Amino acid sequence: MAGTDSHYSDDTAQNGTAYEYQLVASPADPSLDSEISGPARSSVNFFDWSKFNVLVVAGIFFVLLFWYIRKSESGVRWIFRKIPGLAAIEEAVGRATEMGKGVLYVPGVQEIDDIQTIASMILLGRVARIAAKYETALNVPTNSPGVYTVAEEVVKSAYADVGRADAYKSDQVRYVTSEQFAYVAAVNGMMLRERPAANLLLGAFFAESLLLAETGHAVGAIQIAGTANVHQMPFFVVACDYTLIGEEYFAASALLSNDARLLGSLKATDSVKILMIAVIVLGSILATFGQTWLGDFFATQ
Amino acid sequence: MKREIPILITLVAGMFMLIAWFVPHPMVRGAYEGLQNWAIVVVGFTYVLGVANLLRINLRQVSRKERDWPFKIVLLAGLLVTMAIGFSEGNHYTDVDSRFQWIYRTFYSPMTATMFSLLAFFIASAAFRAFRIRSVEALLLAIAAFILMLGRVPLGAAIHPAIPAAADWLMEIPQNAAKRGILIGAALGVMATGIRVILGLEKTYGGGDS
Amino acid sequence: MNLTSLQRLDRRWIFLAVGLLVIVPLLFNFHIAPVQPSNRSRGFYDAIEKMPEGSVVLLSGDYDPGTAAENYPMHLAAARQLMRRNMKIIALALYPAGPPLTDQVLRIAGGEYHKQEGVDYVNLGYKVGNELVMSQMGQSIPNTFPVDNRGVSVKLIPVMKGIQNFQQIRLIVNVSAGYPGTKEWVQQVVSRYHVPMVAGVTAVSAPEYYPYLQAGQLHGLLGGMAGAAEYEVLVGAPALATRGMDAQSLAHVFIAFMIVLGNLAFAGSKKGNGR
Repeated sequence: MAGTDSHYSDDTAQNGTAYEYQLVASPADPSLDSEISGPARSSVNFFDWSKFNVLVVAGIFFVLLFWYIRKSESGVRWIFRKIPGLAAIEEAVGRATEMGKGVLYVPGVQEIDDIQTIASMILLGRVARIAAKYETALNVPTNSPGVYTVAEEVVKSAYADVGRADAYKSDQVRYVTSEQFAYVAAVNGMMLRERPAANLLLGAFFAESLLLAETGHAVGAIQIAGTANVHQMPFFVVACDYTLIGEEYFAASALLSNDARLLGSLKATDSVKILMIAVIVLGSILATFGQTWLGDFFATQ
Repeated sequence: MKREIPILITLVAGMFMLIAWFVPHPMVRGAYEGLQNWAIVVVGFTYVLGVANLLRINLRQVSRKERDWPFKIVLLAGLLVTMAIGFSEGNHYTDVDSRFQWIYRTFYSPMTATMFSLLAFFIASAAFRAFRIRSVEALLLAIAAFILMLGRVPLGAAIHPAIPAAADWLMEIPQNAAKRGILIGAALGVMATGIRVILGLEKTYGGGDS
Repeated sequence: MNLTSLQRLDRRWIFLAVGLLVIVPLLFNFHIAPVQPSNRSRGFYDAIEKMPEGSVVLLSGDYDPGTAAENYPMHLAAARQLMRRNMKIIALALYPAGPPLTDQVLRIAGGEYHKQEGVDYVNLGYKVGNELVMSQMGQSIPNTFPVDNRGVSVKLIPVMKGIQNFQQIRLIVNVSAGYPGTKEWVQQVVSRYHVPMVAGVTAVSAPEYYPYLQAGQLHGLLGGMAGAAEYEVLVGAPALATRGMDAQSLAHVFIAFMIVLGNLAFAGSKKGNGR
């Protein structure tokens, strides 16, 4: 152990076996050695108390979630601020229909287990319904086979739901490659050749964000982007017509659906955020006066 | 039933993983880590589907001589030749003088780096085209951008030591604060979306109606 | 000069200017200003420098050729410093295309400092699984990586003798392009096992890790090619990144100029339209 360490965790300890510990100086100096501790036995825990603070926040969120969903189902209507990018999604598809061109939907570059990709699939379902209704070509290049299988199912079902199963073409959704920059090169090539009227860049993006957005701008497409990756937001804001920033992206599916329960969950998220702001302000004031218990409670390991 | 079963599986698996995160008991932990391993295996199998889709679409375009079909042949050749060489070399594919490494050094490495380097050009053209100072906030943003662009290169320190110091302050204080706010909001959005998916409130991702 | 017509400037002229500003300094090797190491780079350097010689260090190169311009110089400089300090290096990569870059770095630095593969360093290669790999390494590194990149059993590799999990690792040096990378190492390993860590990341993602640096979860941070250049200067081996800083300086000045020019053109067009 380093001299600055204040605790030691013995990950090799067997449950039920008694262990004794002693601190021994290095280099050896018997006068600095500690006494031998009394026997200690580890045992299985059913709850990791170091995560209690997370459980508290999650519990508060669940309570608020169910409460707001019940309120929504009983007919309460919440007011949410308008997010320009959301209204623009349907306009963008409509514009593509008028121009006789297609819509390119890029679901990001992460695997299907990433929550941003899941949110992208949810939005893809809604966009696919609109595209099917307007008979607009919709192309979805994916960079992960997992995303491809889900996206194909989502688009196919969306077309079937609006009674246009016959209009679905099997190469609308395609797997391109898992390599990030090869994927960008392929998608840029699609933009330059097919010249879609609308680009929807919704998902997790990394360095390729500006490459996609600038190429889309060069072909004259209206572009709507949404991501929770903070480091890519500046590029989207600069190069796209509309950008859904952070939680706006996650709220998009709920707002587009107009479903009471989904809107209730959005309200719960807003409420938790207000609580967090209050805790941050209170914690900052307390810490200024030397009281760190609130901040310490929310510290994670 | 076709739509209910996936939602039920999502609910059970999602709630289990959520609860298991709090429970260090070896039985629960074992299942938790086992499920994560299964997820990796399932994703690995989807690569078979992905390659099959790639082959199907491109072979059809080549057979119908659709637009740009010669480039599809280049794509298919690249895929199949690289796979064949990789399999034929077995464990030795990582050797410095292997053919696989030659493909990596000669084609893959420079092409990938080239795509990334396009960013430098696109940033310059985006800065010229889109960075419009139409408000006081945009002016403040532009000033911060100038300070940071100079502060991050040796030229800034050569002009005046206050420039890199100002750049560091901008990054460590106001930028950090604003970013943390966005991150907290995004994290709440992640939590809400995850719960909606687990509880079956969102069904669209699985191909169902919401 | 007609500012309004500037609004219609073909962007290929901008591309040409950027190309020349980057290529000319690299070709003709002229210096604009010396590289001054920052506190973040010093933290990275000092974290390695103050470790006892012979310590076991985990060197994770989580990037691929796409970001090699930023990550490779810092990876190589880190390998050089570690080998100069006679550290035992356990290298791995969490990007599928990462192992050849790790191989190259270890070979070059190993050749300079007369280090032997297997005895002084090992390249465990790539393993699929992202954070799960980190989590599994916390249980057992030999079980997670039973063979190295060459297919040799880790039981037969001297540098891996006695290495079970993170308890034997004195420092993690992570060079990362994004995901999986520094954030995952901090969340999965630093938080749980309290292993000290330093990170070198791309410039665009560096701001994301400032909170970790401030919280002490990272002891040093290199951001992009500028961070790599600062680190090269500290290590005493100015190389690719240091040479690139002159080109980067000119490119930054040019982009600032483009912002001004774009706004002048915009203002000129507004005036011309009588608004």
